[in-house]
Parts: sequence; C-alpha cells; structure tokens
Amino acid sequence: MDKEKKDQSKLENQNLHIDDCCSKPSPLISIESICRPSEEKAQLSLPSLNQPFVVGSIQTPVGMVPQVSSSLIWKDHLGTFRARWGVGRMHYTIEPGLYALGQPDKDAPVLVTANYKMSFDCLREAMPVRDVWILVLDTKGINVWCAAGKGTFGTKELVGRIESSGLDQVVNHRRLILPQLAGPGVAAHQVKRLSGFKVVYGPIRATDVPAFLDAGLNAIPEMRCKTFTMWERVVLIPMELVGAFKPTLIILPILFLLGGFGGQEGFWANAFNYGLFAVLAFLSAIFAGAVLAPLLLPWLPGRAFSMKGLALGLVVGLILAVFRGGHLTDLSSRFEILAWIGIVPAVTAYLAMNFTGALAYGSDHALLPKDGELEKGCFFKTRTIF
Amino acid sequence: MGQLVYIKDVVTLKLDREKCTGCGMCLLVCPHTVLSLTNGSAEIENRDACMECGACAQNCPADAVTVNAGVGCATAVINAALGREGGSCC
Repeated sequence: MDKEKKDQSKLENQNLHIDDCCSKPSPLISIESICRPSEEKAQLSLPSLNQPFVVGSIQTPVGMVPQVSSSLIWKDHLGTFRARWGVGRMHYTIEPGLYALGQPDKDAPVLVTANYKMSFDCLREAMPVRDVWILVLDTKGINVWCAAGKGTFGTKELVGRIESSGLDQVVNHRRLILPQLAGPGVAAHQVKRLSGFKVVYGPIRATDVPAFLDAGLNAIPEMRCKTFTMWERVVLIPMELVGAFKPTLIILPILFLLGGFGGQEGFWANAFNYGLFAVLAFLSAIFAGAVLAPLLLPWLPGRAFSMKGLALGLVVGLILAVFRGGHLTDLSSRFEILAWIGIVPAVTAYLAMNFTGALAYGSDHALLPKDGELEKGCFFKTRTIF
Repeated sequence: MGQLVYIKDVVTLKLDREKCTGCGMCLLVCPHTVLSLTNGSAEIENRDACMECGACAQNCPADAVTVNAGVGCATAVINAALGREGGSCC
C-alpha cells in the first residue's frame, strides 16, 4: 500500500517534471512553442453561479462571471469557525476561476488568490466598496503560502487559469496583483513571458490591499514583512488542540488504568491516586504546549520553538511536583514525580515545535494563508529553527 | 515581537553578484527583508533572518539568487532526523 503510494507520487513527480517545461527553457526551442502550441487554445471555463456566496453575475465577453460581495454572511463566518477547529478544513474550497467583486469594468484591477475559501473570504472582506476582479487559482483548498511552497499556487496554474478564464478578453490591461507570499511558487518573469500579464506582488496581508491600490500599487515596508502578533497566534490555538485531541483520547484512559497497577492499595484506589494524577499531568502538558506556548511565545526563553516548549514544560512539571509534594514518602513516589518532570516537558516541547509548522508563517495573511496548515503543507524549513 | 531570527550561519541563500541585474524583484518578494539593493546590485543584508522560502530565487530573472528551499514542519523534521523518505509532512 505504502509502496504503491510512493510509486504513484514518484510518477506524479516525473509527470510534473516533464510538464514543467516552463521552468527550464531549452536554449534551442522557444518556450512559447513548447508550452503554448498556437493551435491548441485552452477551453474557456467560468466558475458556477450556483455557489452559496455568489450574489449575482456580470456580463463579460467570455460569459457570465459570478459576482460576490465584500460583506460576509453568517454562513461564511460559520465556515471560517469550523475550519479553524479543523472541521471539513481540507475540503473548504470554492470553484477556481474568475469572480467579480462589486461592479468591475475592463480597467479594474485583477487580484489573484487561492481557492481555500478562508483566503477568498479574507480578501473580499478586506475590500468594501471596491470593484475588482478576483482570479481564484486551484490550490486544492490550500492557502496561498502553503500552496506556493508546494508549487500548486504556481506559474503553471496561474498561466493556465488566465487562459481558461479568458482574462485577456475581460480586461484591457495586462497586470495581475498577487499576494507577496505567492512568491515561492510563482516566477513573475515567466508569467509575463507565457501569458503577457505582468505580475505585481501586493502586500502580505489582505487588509493592506486597499491602501496598496490607493498608493498606485506601492507597498510600504510594513506591508512586506511577515509578522506574528498575539491575535495571529490566538486564532491558531484551536487547530493545535484538535491536533492533540486524538492521541490524548487514547493516552488518557491508558494512563488512568496503568495507575491502577502501581502502589500497595487496590486497583481502583491506585487508579484514582496515581492514574488520576497522570491524567492531570498529561492534560497540563497539552494545555501548556498547545495554548500557553503560542500565547507566551515571545517571552519564552530560547530561539527554537522546541526549546521554548521545553522551558515551559519544565515550569509546568515543577508546579505539578510541588502540587504532588505531600506524597513524596517513598522511593517509588519520588520516581513518579521525576518521570513526570521528564514527560511533561517532552510533550510540551513537541507541541510547541509543531506550532512552528502551524504558525509561523501561515497566520493572518489573508490573500494569503489565513490559517496554520499543519497537515497541509506547512512551508518553511524548521531546520533553521530547531 | 520584532524580527524573527533563527540559528546563525546555517542559511543556504547565495547571491551571484556577477549575474545580478539589480532589478529588485528579490527584495519585493522576501517576507523577512533579507536583501537590499546597493549600487545597482542586490546584497544579502540580513542572512540569518532568511527562512529559505525560495521566493527570491524563483523570481530572479537572471538566476543570480539560489537557496535550498524546502518544506518543513515537526513531522517532516522528525522524519528527516530518522532518515525516513519524504521531506514533507503531507
């Protein structure tokens, strides 16, 4: 099974390599002739009008483009909430293609984003009373940052989507505004060469897009730097808890019952003494790693997140030890405490380290990743961090 | 919390100043303001802030910037440490 999977992904990689004729131009043949045979025109396709967030449609030379509003309805908010808690998060998508926000005309700017619904919602919510086109790439429901890292928000998808949306017939200009964090996936100069559209990298945060547009497509330095504020960290906590939930469900009963085999009293008396303490200790470790670590991040010692988690875990372990102090009568109780002073920091450090994947860079950024993407493609090298 | 900085001197970012045309694209896409532009050529100014996302190399029309970019979350790091295949978590 595993081998089969590997073979398949190998195959996909090979295909990718062959298809990816655009990244390494051969010196003998012009790129255009390989990538865009003149006789083969991409099929036009527009997103469906029957999506719950579509409020109308706009007539264009290529057909009816679905129109969306900048104000989110309760269903959108519910969707965001659910995705933050990991419910249906891997399938929180919209149809890729061209959308109209407000009443854009042929000169309106074109913004590009991912088909993760939260990314799309953040972008439109950031732009009340604006008339723009939004070109949504098929990133398989993954936010901009992570998709760019994996290459799905990439040159090939962008060029293909421009063609299949008939964008050159919808607008007069040849300019696209991309989220800056799409940079790892998109090669601006190749997009220009292959589609004729010039890529302008906009700000990191969707909320800065209106100011960016008003400033004549200029981003001030603050818009170009990735931050990681308290609120940006807080919104990622639910996903951390959900991630820890499953193993915790299995581990807690085991800890409780194992406690029953220790000590001199009966099974249940032991379970309620040692087992219950074990459960409490483990839950404290989870709480410290998934909730306290993100909150206290800037103030925890060390640079690596695992280090920060370890420090926090030690404090929690010591507090537990003090709390348990009254029972330090015999050797085995002392070993028990010693074991927990070892285990709690380990669990906390692991969870804190996980947060590096979640967070660091997939936070508020909205055109852009809105969400820490633990399983999805957490970009960024932890090597430098740990 | 200010600029995020990682462990020193491990970043694989390289710049070939011979090839650099000074277009400034790498400065634009860098999320950690690692690069700067002096006398018509890019320069690595804040190497240790680099997180190796690869945006600069991808967007360099002159192939002057190289960086060993990659994916990494806790699972990927642990897999790599154990010598398992697949540098990714997903």
